[in-house]
Amino acid sequence: MYRYDEFDAKMVRERAEQFRYQVERRIKGELTEDEFKPLRLKNGLYLQLHSYMLRIAVPYGTLAARQMRQLAFIARKYDRGYGHFTTRTNMQFHWPRLKDVPDILHHLADVEMHCIQTSGNCVRNVTADHFAGAAADELEDPRPISEIFRQWSSFHPEFNYLPRKFKIAVSATKEDRAAVKWHDIGIEIIKNDAGETGYRVFVGGGMGRTPYVALEIGHFVSKTDILAYIEAILRVYNEYGRRDNIHKARVKILVHQLGADEFRRQVEVEFAEIKKKGTLQLPPEELKRIEAYFAPPAFEDLPDTSPEFDAAVKADKDFANWAKTNLTPHRARGYAIATISLKNIGMTTGDISADQMDGVAQIMDDFGFAEVRVSHEQNLVFPHVRRRDLPAVFARLKALDLGTANAGLITDIICCPGLDYCDLANARSIPISMAIQKRFADLERQHDLGEIKIKMSGCINACGHHHAGHIGILGVDKKGVEFYQIQLGGSGAEDASVGEIMGPGFGKDEIVDAIERVVETYVKLREPGERLLDTYRRVGMTPFKNMVYREQMHAAY
Amino acid sequence: MAAPVPQMLTANRLIDGEVLYWRDGNWVSDFARGDVYDDPKAADAALEAAKAFMRDNIVVAAYLFDVRRAAGGIEPVKEREIIRAAGPSNRTDTGKQAGMGPQEPRDVPPIQL
Repeated sequence: MYRYDEFDAKMVRERAEQFRYQVERRIKGELTEDEFKPLRLKNGLYLQLHSYMLRIAVPYGTLAARQMRQLAFIARKYDRGYGHFTTRTNMQFHWPRLKDVPDILHHLADVEMHCIQTSGNCVRNVTADHFAGAAADELEDPRPISEIFRQWSSFHPEFNYLPRKFKIAVSATKEDRAAVKWHDIGIEIIKNDAGETGYRVFVGGGMGRTPYVALEIGHFVSKTDILAYIEAILRVYNEYGRRDNIHKARVKILVHQLGADEFRRQVEVEFAEIKKKGTLQLPPEELKRIEAYFAPPAFEDLPDTSPEFDAAVKADKDFANWAKTNLTPHRARGYAIATISLKNIGMTTGDISADQMDGVAQIMDDFGFAEVRVSHEQNLVFPHVRRRDLPAVFARLKALDLGTANAGLITDIICCPGLDYCDLANARSIPISMAIQKRFADLERQHDLGEIKIKMSGCINACGHHHAGHIGILGVDKKGVEFYQIQLGGSGAEDASVGEIMGPGFGKDEIVDAIERVVETYVKLREPGERLLDTYRRVGMTPFKNMVYREQMHAAY
Repeated sequence: MAAPVPQMLTANRLIDGEVLYWRDGNWVSDFARGDVYDDPKAADAALEAAKAFMRDNIVVAAYLFDVRRAAGGIEPVKEREIIRAAGPSNRTDTGKQAGMGPQEPRDVPPIQL
């Protein structure tokens, strides 16, 4: 994985020291809260309901064992023994004290981590396919270009005061696991007819109160040109994005107002200007240098089958269940990609204890895994596991309470922290998600229901991606009472679509029953091989709505 | 005219973010010990007095919120304030409900990097 050079190291260390002085000046009263707030936000530090919250960047979701251990150390020493992985593949600590944060930043710098640009109106942490470097049909690893974007965007003087935040994601497979079309810029690595690798560039996707799927702006941008092209997009946005209305300030509003053709035209004018100057051409040797950091491990020449694996499937029902959902075929023979679910039934989505972090790091050391990934679905991934090691890895995960067999099933819910922690939230989301998990805990039933993506947010800002859920749930405040709206038909995958609101919301004691009726409607109507999303797309909202509201008239009207 | 809704005054402590409640010209951590104002004028006066603590950089974001009298005593009207007073409802092992306030960094040996 990428290692800091002297410039990275200096930059991150200096930023931590700079923040120490800013905190000192705030505590002494030399800075007012209004003056200090933008400074702390630039370092990922929010004030939430109970305490401060520190958001740590995990670039393209990749962590080394020593980084995982350091996060565990910080959780124990400065927090309350746990952390939370977010839908931007970052880690959040919910309880740090302001006066300890500068020390925490230095501990992070020790392991090449930081909180820079995890908040504020700048280019945020770049995310990528969590199966990068391992997925069978991948054209190339999406992380080297993500790392180049990270370097280009870090402290970029022109883009530190954008109209609003800006998020980039990169994927290199047909199957989109990085939700690229839901990003301000989504990049798909593709091959053209001549067999050259380049980039398809989508712009203007986003969630929030105005959800949009991104439009295709760049059909095939060459490798050397990509930085200039991205810079051209940011320039058009920086100049014409709205600054008068926070709700209309994201690039999605500009793109969808202008339309793809006009936005593309403006980007191309800017792009031609940048190219004329000859700057921002990505030198192939620099790309190669960065790519070398992400070179896959030397895969052993292994057979497709493993007697150890086959024996464990026969002997251990838990392992067999886990293997069924949490393993994905790997590009190398005899290897698999293993998903570690952070969605234990009845536990908080994305939370991980310090002991679990240490345990994961120890597994990495013992089995020679250089890295673990964080997915935007708030799970962890071991990208390269020898199939013969899987039973032993599973046993270790199970002992850590990390062996839940539900990846991609209905209990693998994406969920924001909601009103239990978040200052912006209107309603709780975690307890609802936990209640849904309990209702559908029966694994046989989960397998029968197949792939169902439930995504839940506690407010319209949509950190829990509810617009992209096969079933989306949005928590709202209705005259001081928590209510929950259902959306159906969203997708965050290659067939991206915005979910449609079903109708009036449900009280917190009604929402789980309502979700169950949605699921029962699907079971009744499905044709062989159809997922809930497919059935919904075939039959539309009406049958679902009729079933769900039939027994719910009192809540609806 | 309906009787005014009783109010309490809250803020977060600057140095560690701890949730605080106004009591007799100063701050306490425990919701149950906070002053309750039935008179909106008295509530506004308390908020005015609390602003001195904001100017002195002791607390941030002081504001009034609605409470009601229930069988078990005073309770916040809105879920947000119920959760601030107790801690996260998904993890009752942490926050004020678990007797946990901000603490000095624990003595944990640094890891070998």
